[in-house]
Amino acid sequence: MPEDCIYIARSSAIAARALAGEMMVMNSADSTFFTLNEVATAIFQAADGHTPLREIVRDRICEQFDVDSEQAQADAEQFVAELSSHGILLVSNQPLAPEAPR
Amino acid sequence: MSLMSEVGQKAFNLGVPLAVHMDVTYRCNERCVHCYLDHDDHGEMTTAEIKDALDQLAEAGVFFLSFSGGEVFLRRDFFEIVEYARRLLFNVKIKTNAVMIHEKEARRIRELAVDTIQISVYSHRPEVHDAITKLPHSFERTIKAIRFLHEQGVRVTIANVLMTVNSSDHSGVQELAAELGVQYTLDPTITPMMDGDTSVLSLRIPGEELTEVFHNPALVGSQEEFCAPPKPPSEEDLEGYSCSAGHSFCYISPYGDVFPCVQFPLPTGNIRQQKFLDIWNLSPELKKVRSIQAKDLTVCSSCSHVSSCTRCPGLAYMEGSMRGPSTADCEKSFYRTGVPTANMLQQGLSKPRTLSGNPAPLIQIRPIAVPA
Repeated sequence: MPEDCIYIARSSAIAARALAGEMMVMNSADSTFFTLNEVATAIFQAADGHTPLREIVRDRICEQFDVDSEQAQADAEQFVAELSSHGILLVSNQPLAPEAPR
Repeated sequence: MSLMSEVGQKAFNLGVPLAVHMDVTYRCNERCVHCYLDHDDHGEMTTAEIKDALDQLAEAGVFFLSFSGGEVFLRRDFFEIVEYARRLLFNVKIKTNAVMIHEKEARRIRELAVDTIQISVYSHRPEVHDAITKLPHSFERTIKAIRFLHEQGVRVTIANVLMTVNSSDHSGVQELAAELGVQYTLDPTITPMMDGDTSVLSLRIPGEELTEVFHNPALVGSQEEFCAPPKPPSEEDLEGYSCSAGHSFCYISPYGDVFPCVQFPLPTGNIRQQKFLDIWNLSPELKKVRSIQAKDLTVCSSCSHVSSCTRCPGLAYMEGSMRGPSTADCEKSFYRTGVPTANMLQQGLSKPRTLSGNPAPLIQIRPIAVPA
């Protein structure tokens, strides 16, 4: 999948809440529980299904956290892959409709 | 320390209400012999009021939200409430007797990604379960619902309240849970009724039988660890607090009253009159609860069990003082380890007095009057 075309959306099966700047995320399907640091939280919050990951990294990460864009993109892709493997983020090369509990 | 424990400790230290138990109704279709509630509707919060409360809880940082009752499904708007809670990204747990859950409801629960459904089962014998709930065929209906939920992939926990009338049935219920492919949890706590009536305490299983429960590896895991004599308390233990009630947890009644815990009926405010965060941050009662460290406890601070006791400040409050001992927990500590508690020694007892005959005065607890 070309990296420019990665779209991410939050799954409808998750619970999430910020605690002192970090995001707690839990998937009800398997009770996996994560806490996300500030950078990961910014990506998670921007996962609206229609903003490409590269744009999220450029606008939300590089700008706000003053990090190298190549490294930030690689870290973001790794993070997205991990959360996707736990069903917390949905990943596609097409824009995704944001999921809400049905 | 697990990640979950770390988060819990962080919320505790920061004073963030990480978890809330909300009863949406006290009405019920069962009449369980041990229930501490009255089942009349004294003016439950409306759908709009509950949604507003949920908005406020999300803003306050609440993550874990348990809906309970009464029987939650007696509210016609219950799924609307759960759907709203899930849109606000709460981790939702539901406590129910499940008799109103059929295939359609089980599917809806799965679609809403509810974390866990906790269902009360009192016995593996239908006649015993039905005699406790006083609802004919309730066992059959509850078990059928558990199967529907399990088929949908919903996580189910069977909660087995242990009392005199079903004290020999826990292994049968445990086997039933295994057969159904669901989790099992046991609770020997019987709470006085909301109006202060203590007659239900006669259903508490006698202490001698607690010994058997506490020494059963199938129920407690490592018996050696669970029943070990108490270690002398460290300075850190004495600086510690009883539990999360009022620190990172609270209870909201169907009428909007806020309490430190469902088992701690100290009124702290009402969300129909005040913002939740104003109650949470400013209530003098909650501040008082939060100030109590183990070293401040009137009797328990000198007890050898102080670092390992499950002392419930709510039960202690119902006995007269939130800084005092909770006799039910003294009894558990004694029958778990065989070592008398400071409370027992002070009364010259070598073994606990039976709780049904406990002379401790119980304060009267009634729902707070809500303006019309």
